[in-house]
Amino acid sequence: MARFDDELAAVEARQGEARGISRRGFLIGTMAGSAMLAFGLSGIAEAASGSASEALAAGRYEPTIWYAIAPDGTVTVHITKAEMGQHVATSLARLVAEELEADWSSIEVVYVDSDPKWGYMVTGGSWSVHHSYLPLSRAGAAGRIALIEAGAKLLGVDAADCRARQGRVISGDQSIGFGEIVAQAGLERRFSEEELAQITLKPAAERRVLGTQGGAMDVPAKVNGEAIYGIDVSVEGMLHARPVLPPTRFGSKPLSVDDSAAQQVEGYRQTIELDDPSGVCQGWLAVIADSTSAAMRAADALKVEWQRGDSYAVTEADLQAQGHALVEAPSRDNGSLFVDIGDAAAGLEGASRVVESTYTTSSVLHFQLEPVNATVVEQDGHWHVHCGNQQQTLAVGMLAKALEVDESQVTLHQYYLGGGFGRRLYGDYTIPAALAAKALGRPVKMLFTRPDDTRFDCVRSPSVQRLRSGLDDSGRVVASEHAAAAGWPSAAMAPAFLAETVENGGKVDSFAISGADHWYDVGAQRVWAQQNHKAHEVFVPGYLRSVGPGWTTWAVEQHIDELALAAGEDPARFRLNLLRAEGRNAGQAPHSVGGAERLKAVLERAMAKADWDGRDSLPDDVGMGVALTFGQERNMPTWVACIARVRVDRGDGTVKVERLTTVADAGTLAHPDGAMAQLEGSLLWGLSMALHEGTEYEKGKPKALNLDAYTPLRMDQVPEMDLEFVDSDAMPVGLGEPGTTVVAPAIANAIQHAVGVRLRDMPMRAEALKAAL
Amino acid sequence: MATFTLNGEPVSVEVSPQTPLLWVLRDHLGMTGTKFGCGIAQCGACTVHLDGEATRTCVLPVSAAEGAEIVTIEGLSDDDDHPLQQAWREQQVPQCGYCQSGQIMQAADFLTRNADPSDEEVTEAMAGNLCRCMAYRRIHRAVKRAAEITQAREASTAGVGVFDPARAKEVTHGQV
Repeated sequence: MARFDDELAAVEARQGEARGISRRGFLIGTMAGSAMLAFGLSGIAEAASGSASEALAAGRYEPTIWYAIAPDGTVTVHITKAEMGQHVATSLARLVAEELEADWSSIEVVYVDSDPKWGYMVTGGSWSVHHSYLPLSRAGAAGRIALIEAGAKLLGVDAADCRARQGRVISGDQSIGFGEIVAQAGLERRFSEEELAQITLKPAAERRVLGTQGGAMDVPAKVNGEAIYGIDVSVEGMLHARPVLPPTRFGSKPLSVDDSAAQQVEGYRQTIELDDPSGVCQGWLAVIADSTSAAMRAADALKVEWQRGDSYAVTEADLQAQGHALVEAPSRDNGSLFVDIGDAAAGLEGASRVVESTYTTSSVLHFQLEPVNATVVEQDGHWHVHCGNQQQTLAVGMLAKALEVDESQVTLHQYYLGGGFGRRLYGDYTIPAALAAKALGRPVKMLFTRPDDTRFDCVRSPSVQRLRSGLDDSGRVVASEHAAAAGWPSAAMAPAFLAETVENGGKVDSFAISGADHWYDVGAQRVWAQQNHKAHEVFVPGYLRSVGPGWTTWAVEQHIDELALAAGEDPARFRLNLLRAEGRNAGQAPHSVGGAERLKAVLERAMAKADWDGRDSLPDDVGMGVALTFGQERNMPTWVACIARVRVDRGDGTVKVERLTTVADAGTLAHPDGAMAQLEGSLLWGLSMALHEGTEYEKGKPKALNLDAYTPLRMDQVPEMDLEFVDSDAMPVGLGEPGTTVVAPAIANAIQHAVGVRLRDMPMRAEALKAAL
Repeated sequence: MATFTLNGEPVSVEVSPQTPLLWVLRDHLGMTGTKFGCGIAQCGACTVHLDGEATRTCVLPVSAAEGAEIVTIEGLSDDDDHPLQQAWREQQVPQCGYCQSGQIMQAADFLTRNADPSDEEVTEAMAGNLCRCMAYRRIHRAVKRAAEITQAREASTAGVGVFDPARAKEVTHGQV
């Protein structure tokens, strides 16, 4: 599989390099006599050139595009990633501060608007710190080099005798602050990509910022109501809109609209039909009103006769049936091989025993707490789109298509995200707002209600997986076949991200199959990725926190347990024996240095912490199960072991998770407390999906539209948690997602241990367990 | 015309009486700290204090707040120094932060009724507030911590301000 960076380079190349840089001003102001935040057009003229000269004109120094140092010493780091709970700005600013030797109290951050100069703007995949590590660290070092050079001249000393610390250049007992250097020297030195690539970073022993404790920059504004999310945006003269969604995502259209009841709602203005050249909004209406609540009530009062799309008749069971058919007979018509090592078919043929199982997962909602929304303003032919978004570059392209303008005429202004979890990787929700603003010739703020948001969600596709593995006489795994079928998010949203596979000409959505290429030595191995096209007829399959590993790990980690049981071995020790840092599992510096040995290490540590050896003397109906993950990609492995202890109630089939013991090795932790928060949250997400979430498509939409039917984990369902990070100075990897994937299989394996029942369908429902008991 | 007291100030708003209080606060009065999550009073993101009691505002007609004292997150303290806000920063509770106004308002009402809650009582009081980032362990710890801070403040007669380094930063959004 190609590295993400390679795919990204290809995507960017396809976008064309000739696009001009445009910059427009948009100021946040305060309306007199009101607490309301207003985002008024400032009328700032387009700047003629790039940021270096602008910065210089303002007296600031920008060694690269990633930050600027002002004459007062303030270092402003430009954050191109979305803040959605991961405290990403703190981590990224720490990368810069570490190498720059900045004074942390002088650091500020700005979440920048979309602009081609930032490259491909995306926040997902647990990538942010990993992918930013080298560019931002090198950018920090470049600034330090330039400041020492200039500072030495100002001090009248040799640069070789200087060092930088805490925002100052120091030589013996003399020193000068970064701000003074910028103010006095008129620094202009810029670094080319080639120069940056030559920079050697500090050895880990000299780190003063990364790995240290400290708070997140976004926390204070999130405890006093000041944090501004997309839903909080207010623009002068805007109208409020609520979408009226057709019965199916595709192919429906309104035949007649009766708004006589809506007319009775104070503040209701009109209902418009959206004409969408981009194809996102098929048969949509929008209710326009003077306030949010009027738009909501008027839309409820609207009577619409629809012509339904064909997918109205498709059910969740149909999607699952399609998945079962695909994994029974995987083919190149529906996907490609993802792993092909040795002769798996022959290996299975020659095995003394074959273990075969099929695992499923049902549709899962993002249910990010802030419903999707966008506020759109057009001024002088330029479209300003205000919202929280995880993939601005994709959204800008979609908006340009929908509005029939050039991408250079669209700017996306970024806000805090009231949860992302992958939902806001797809900017489809900005399109109806933009179309309404265009149709009305007025600024429009469009807010989806919760049921609207759920119906329009790009859910985690249902999945079906079949695994077959062979054991020899001694219980050794000699061959394994895995076929996985699901909707493919990249095929639906961003085909440029489809990856080449091991087969010539084959394409696969690696996001929908990653995890199947695990680090266990199972002999000959063959993995098929199959696209469930039927799912694509009903909804847009989405990226949901961890995406493919969310289902591949569910299958692989149960299957390994089933193999251990067949071989008569302890499932944890069985895993230890399959983890050998040899051949393809040896790991590669710097991304996966240590390979399978690091996965083995976290497992051994978790076994010790959870008292795995006491597993056989647990009380009746209490069980302990283990699962491992390497996170999102083999090229960016986050090594995690999770041991769940559960208690099963034989009376009603409910499962109480008593304790989760988790050990994670994510290399260097840029911001350890933030890392721990991500691990905590991702594990509980995993628990929530394992037992409490999941829904079914029926009549074109998910059955569970709101919290009366969809029941994510609450505080009273949180188990005891014992969490630990391995102390490591290896390359930092990702943390937003890996924890989500291990919990469900660890629970399933623990239930099997407790009561001898194996549940292969997620979510694991009490009724299913009771029936099996 | 709806009339009530908002964070100590009398306000009057020309709005239809069935408008939920949430939208009067957000759209008409510009107080956006109180959030919209589910619209059916099940997530708690819209929680404010109505005459001292934690109340879901997404389904509460503004007419039901006539003459009431409403306190939102913006009015919880003068200088962001409510024990819960201090504890929330100390424990680094928020992730995305969207539910946190509601969590804090829920906890603030609870602590006035139960100054020294047990672990179970905290869980029971907070189980109605959804945190989609699942920062539940930290929310729980911070509520307990806030109870300690409150008791310590009451025990102290000095009334000296406490330096809180976590509050030293501002974060901005926009164009550079």
